Amino acid sequence: MNTEPHDHDDGHDDGHGDGHDHEHDDHAPTREDDDIELTEREATFLALKSLLIEQGIVTAEEIRKRMEFNERGSPHQAARMIAKAWLDPHYKTRMIDDTKAAAAELGIETTEAELVTLENTPDRHNIVVCTLCSCYPRSLLGEPPAFYVSKAYRSRAVREPRQVLKEFGVDIPQSVDIAVHDSNADLRYVVMPMRPAGTDAMSEAELAALISRDCVVGCALPSEPGGN
Amino acid sequence: MSEPKYETGDQVRILDIGKPGHVRTPTYVRHKIGIIERYCGDFVNPEDKAYGRWDGAPIALYRVRLMQSDLWPGYTGAPNDVLELEIYDHWLAPAGEEAA
Repeated sequence: MNTEPHDHDDGHDDGHGDGHDHEHDDHAPTREDDDIELTEREATFLALKSLLIEQGIVTAEEIRKRMEFNERGSPHQAARMIAKAWLDPHYKTRMIDDTKAAAAELGIETTEAELVTLENTPDRHNIVVCTLCSCYPRSLLGEPPAFYVSKAYRSRAVREPRQVLKEFGVDIPQSVDIAVHDSNADLRYVVMPMRPAGTDAMSEAELAALISRDCVVGCALPSEPGGN
Repeated sequence: MSEPKYETGDQVRILDIGKPGHVRTPTYVRHKIGIIERYCGDFVNPEDKAYGRWDGAPIALYRVRLMQSDLWPGYTGAPNDVLELEIYDHWLAPAGEEAA
């Protein structure tokens, strides 16, 4: 497989996007949207990847498996834990004390060095951001959403969290403090939202269904039953 | 695990040690004063890990709490809004000491 960077730097303009009369169609696609010009970093990445494979340092299969492993998480894992915590105060205490152990109790494997649960209260709303890159509790939430990786969110969530939350449709009154958590080093964070009113009769599974990915990042509040 | 230098509630200054490379102390908190929220344990320094060096002694990591009003001039949120982040021991000094 030729994963050599495309011919975009060699001075000729062959009109990208036509997709048919391209003179270098002999290589396999290197990514899904292979008709878009590679950035220099993407080209560097592909060159490095093919070198590592050619040198026998890693195999393509190992890379694929790792990517699959990285993507095995899902927001449902965090939602299960939070729903259980809403119903079981002892579990809630354990989850706040040791989030990794609380995940293990439910059979959820975590690869993060440390996980921290941030409990929303009537006095405090928590929101998570990684200003330096896109650190994220992937074991419990899967891959981060596009907004979480965007420079706009990463720079603005720390500086003007209330405005950012408003743009997500979450209006936090001035009487509630906001704690922004920059996930900048070795710990990863999940927000435990408050249990919505009107959910007293709900089962753990029904409660878990109210807890979306963005709730666990702190950018949304759980939907109330029967409402929006 | 060595005894952590700071305890919860200690006032600290976040330093700007001018180190290039894969550092995990964002620019916006350098020179700022906050309090230790908790000691998080000891971790291999990511500034070394990024270059394949995993054999260094783990160093203490702390969560530091800063007041948003101290971070951003003209901050318009609530007066008690805070920001918390993780800072390694060598980027911290007691708040009373001048920055290095």
